[in-house]
Amino acid sequence: MKNNKALLPLLNPISKDNPVIVQILGICSALAVTAKMEPAIVMAISVTAVVAFSNVIISLIRKTIPSSIRIIVQLVVVAALVVIVDQVLKAYNYEVSKALSVFIGLIITNCIIMGRLEAFAMTNNPWDSFLDGIGSGIGYGVILIIVSFFRELFGSGTLMGYQVVPQSWYDAGYSNNGLMILPPMALIVVGCIIWVHRSGNKNIQE
Amino acid sequence: MKKDSNIYTIIYAAVLVILVGVGLSVVYQVLHPMQEKNYADDTKRQILAAALITPQDGESISEVYDDHITASFIVNESGEKVDSDISAFDVNVKQEVKKPGNERLLPVFVCKTDTGNKYILPVYGAGLWGPIWGYIAFNSDGNTIYGAYFAHQGETPGLGAEIEKPAFSSQFEGKDVFDSNGDFEGVKVVKNGQEPSSGSYVHAISGGTITSQGVQRMLKDSLLPYSNYLKSLSQSTDKTNVLQ
Repeated sequence: MKNNKALLPLLNPISKDNPVIVQILGICSALAVTAKMEPAIVMAISVTAVVAFSNVIISLIRKTIPSSIRIIVQLVVVAALVVIVDQVLKAYNYEVSKALSVFIGLIITNCIIMGRLEAFAMTNNPWDSFLDGIGSGIGYGVILIIVSFFRELFGSGTLMGYQVVPQSWYDAGYSNNGLMILPPMALIVVGCIIWVHRSGNKNIQE
Repeated sequence: MKKDSNIYTIIYAAVLVILVGVGLSVVYQVLHPMQEKNYADDTKRQILAAALITPQDGESISEVYDDHITASFIVNESGEKVDSDISAFDVNVKQEVKKPGNERLLPVFVCKTDTGNKYILPVYGAGLWGPIWGYIAFNSDGNTIYGAYFAHQGETPGLGAEIEKPAFSSQFEGKDVFDSNGDFEGVKVVKNGQEPSSGSYVHAISGGTITSQGVQRMLKDSLLPYSNYLKSLSQSTDKTNVLQ
């Protein structure tokens, strides 16, 4: 039981307190990067890394931060981490860096990160903050991957760039759904996930 | 000192910003040489991609580039070679396309392939969200496109971003950029069912209209100044060896 309690910050954000489908944060990037699975996965990993480490840093210095500029301090830490991630990717993994292009910079504006810093890291110790960051990142990433799975499958007939819908289907009259690769469909898919999730979790229904 | 006093806040902010600034510049200094090499390799890969050459895994891009690119030089709008302090590889095409045609430095890369020499020219333009660019390889007649490579910075995945896929760029192979009167026309990028009655065209990407139009405009803007050079190629097809 004690073990379970220690892991609560990690497990909570994955389902019961999921940043996207329960807290409704980070919707913007969930619509933008989910047309294909590959950028969605790399985005999920990058956000997880940034939210985990910024949580730790903010948690370490939380007692010294003057309250009147705490948002600015959080922003500086997040922005610095994102720039470092971008620079390291450019030097060691140029291909991935190119695939992500502007999305790396957009991590700074992901409200999940600011949300977790403000709501969790400012009041908890570094280890719990680290777990919370990893958990939030995974919770965010799982939704991204589910949404991008459906969008890429029905929108492009591929998964991770590989053709999965056989040519014989196209010959028989099947065609890709162009609406799936446009942002509105991402919102509808997220809505469906929220529906399924809430119908299984009566306690978070409003 | 009180945590909420103004002096503490100002000192805290100053120290934080200086620390972060120093940290970031150290990271930049340490990683910069590797990034430069990556940029150069990536540009070489893109140039080779226009001539339909893909370095295999494990092959050094620089070596493949040196094997195939036998010459590179800069020409002006009249099609004459110009002497310049910088090499064709280092020309900043982004800056050049902003200048009027007669002031541009126009880089040319000569690539040796199994089917003769190809002339690779860089192009640069605007898509929907940001810049798009590419390299176009011409046959030695200076008119027919041998291969094309396009890239973009941040076009929409699944829509405009499809211009970087071979499914789009391979459409350009075999297209002529001059019309029957010998005027430069470029290649039109049109919707299915709206094919023009004359001139070269390729099909645009559904849902990527603005990016597709950007490609058409980019080809026209970037290649028009090369008209005289391309024509001089066709007149001296037999003498291609001399041009090298």
